[in-house]
Amino acid sequence: MSLLQVNEVTHSYENRTFFKWKNRSRKVLSDITFSIEEGTCLGILGTSGAGKSTLGKVLLGLQKPQYGQILFQGHDIYNADKHIRQKLRRDLQVVFQDSHSAVNPRMTAERIIAEPLENYEKLTLDEQKRAVIELLEKVGLGEKDLKKYPHQFSGGQLQRVNIARAIALKPKLIVLDESVSSLDMVTQTLILELLRELKEDFGLSYFFITHDIKAAYTISDTLGVLEKGELIEHYNSKKDFFTSEHPIVKEMRSSMLAEHPRFRSIGTRNSTL
Amino acid sequence: MGTEESKVLQVRDLHVQLKTKNGVTDLIQDINFELKTGKILGLIGESGCGKTITSMSILQLLNPKETTIEGSIMLKGQELNGLVEKEMRKIRGKDIAFIMQNPMNAFTPVFTIGHQFVETIRSHTNWNKKQATELAIEAMKQVNLPDPDKLLKYYPFQLSGGMLQRVMIAIAASLHPAIIIADEPTTALDVNNQKKVLRHLDKVRSEYGSAILLISHDLGVIAELADEVAVMQHGKIVEKADVFQLFDAPKHEYTKKLLNARSTLYLDEPVINLI
Repeated sequence: MSLLQVNEVTHSYENRTFFKWKNRSRKVLSDITFSIEEGTCLGILGTSGAGKSTLGKVLLGLQKPQYGQILFQGHDIYNADKHIRQKLRRDLQVVFQDSHSAVNPRMTAERIIAEPLENYEKLTLDEQKRAVIELLEKVGLGEKDLKKYPHQFSGGQLQRVNIARAIALKPKLIVLDESVSSLDMVTQTLILELLRELKEDFGLSYFFITHDIKAAYTISDTLGVLEKGELIEHYNSKKDFFTSEHPIVKEMRSSMLAEHPRFRSIGTRNSTL
Repeated sequence: MGTEESKVLQVRDLHVQLKTKNGVTDLIQDINFELKTGKILGLIGESGCGKTITSMSILQLLNPKETTIEGSIMLKGQELNGLVEKEMRKIRGKDIAFIMQNPMNAFTPVFTIGHQFVETIRSHTNWNKKQATELAIEAMKQVNLPDPDKLLKYYPFQLSGGMLQRVMIAIAASLHPAIIIADEPTTALDVNNQKKVLRHLDKVRSEYGSAILLISHDLGVIAELADEVAVMQHGKIVEKADVFQLFDAPKHEYTKKLLNARSTLYLDEPVINLI
């Protein structure tokens, strides 16, 4: 059994007006089926407006799709009873793109990370503090950061705090919605490395939403391409992305920036010296 | 190359300090570089290393009450550092155009694009409205924007980020500036639009011979466009080299670290051919 099974999910957003006959609906996801195995990472690539984030919300249980079914560990997350759902929520976490708006600015890092622990684990204050320090150390921060407020962290550091919060309850699946996109290159690489380490340590699975081909390629095991709400391609081996003949995939590949000036297609070709 | 004329901008020993309650902090130190006609200088570094401060100090956009700028910034033989605001306003937009990171914030939301475009042109020339509009339409055609006369009537929020950034390049290029400072021109854009915007920037360079200071943290952008690259760390330029040299044989430790930070793709020759 796969960890997560998505069956024929279709969703559209309605534009409600006062007059019923003027209502318009816009299809954002149509007939999406895929599965994620335990301990693997599925990367989802797509342009803006392709429906990537909606799909992420649907998986998290935040947006009930109009049709279709999501099975997480064998349970349908939208039709399970309350305490099964509560148990499932524990195994399903999320890290968003904008780290600053994902945390409460009036809470210290300690309280931010302790929040899921308070809800699910019955720990004494001492144990809780120790758990938080351990989590901070796991993501490359330390005890000195306990009492800091979000504005005292840089974007990359705060993203680490978010990751610490996400792994606090040892989840099975983390949805990463453009989690590294707003960071600079060096920080991006460090966070990706951290995610890869955590994946190996805890046997985590990721649903990695991004528009950055290189980031997706670095971390994913399998790759999917979303375009206008349809999962147009799904590769079991990420290398297939580079040999695919699908016109949209081809266009995506052509929009990649060069790795080295040798491969450039815009600037002057030859060395200026 | 290397003659005095081809150097449109020379920055010598630029040193910017921030005045705070608790004393003075150095933001950037000993910055030396020059821009040559029709060449692109890439400036690369992590966030917070002083890239934007460098560009802002060239344009004298920093608040003089909070910062002190030392050193010389020579634009075609004219010293910019310490120039009075009135003179500086004539230079901004005409001789030095600035392309900002976030096109959504760079425009005023309450005026149409046409209004802002024409305003920019008219404040630097003594043309009438009709001539300015014609020039605006012409400039927008240059960057492949569809229906320019219609677009001029739109408000900034009606356009997508990529289109708006192209409008920004059109405005920057319309007065044929000697220098364009592009501060992270593609960071806020969708990946699919990045290359288009860079391509237009290159077109402006080749058509009007503008020198471009390309600021970015993305090595991909630098690899696509730059002729020369300056690597910045903690407010200092640690290495400056030709782009091919920098990628093939980086000298400074920090440059090596930056180059290693690229998520390394599976770069086989057949794959490259496909891309």
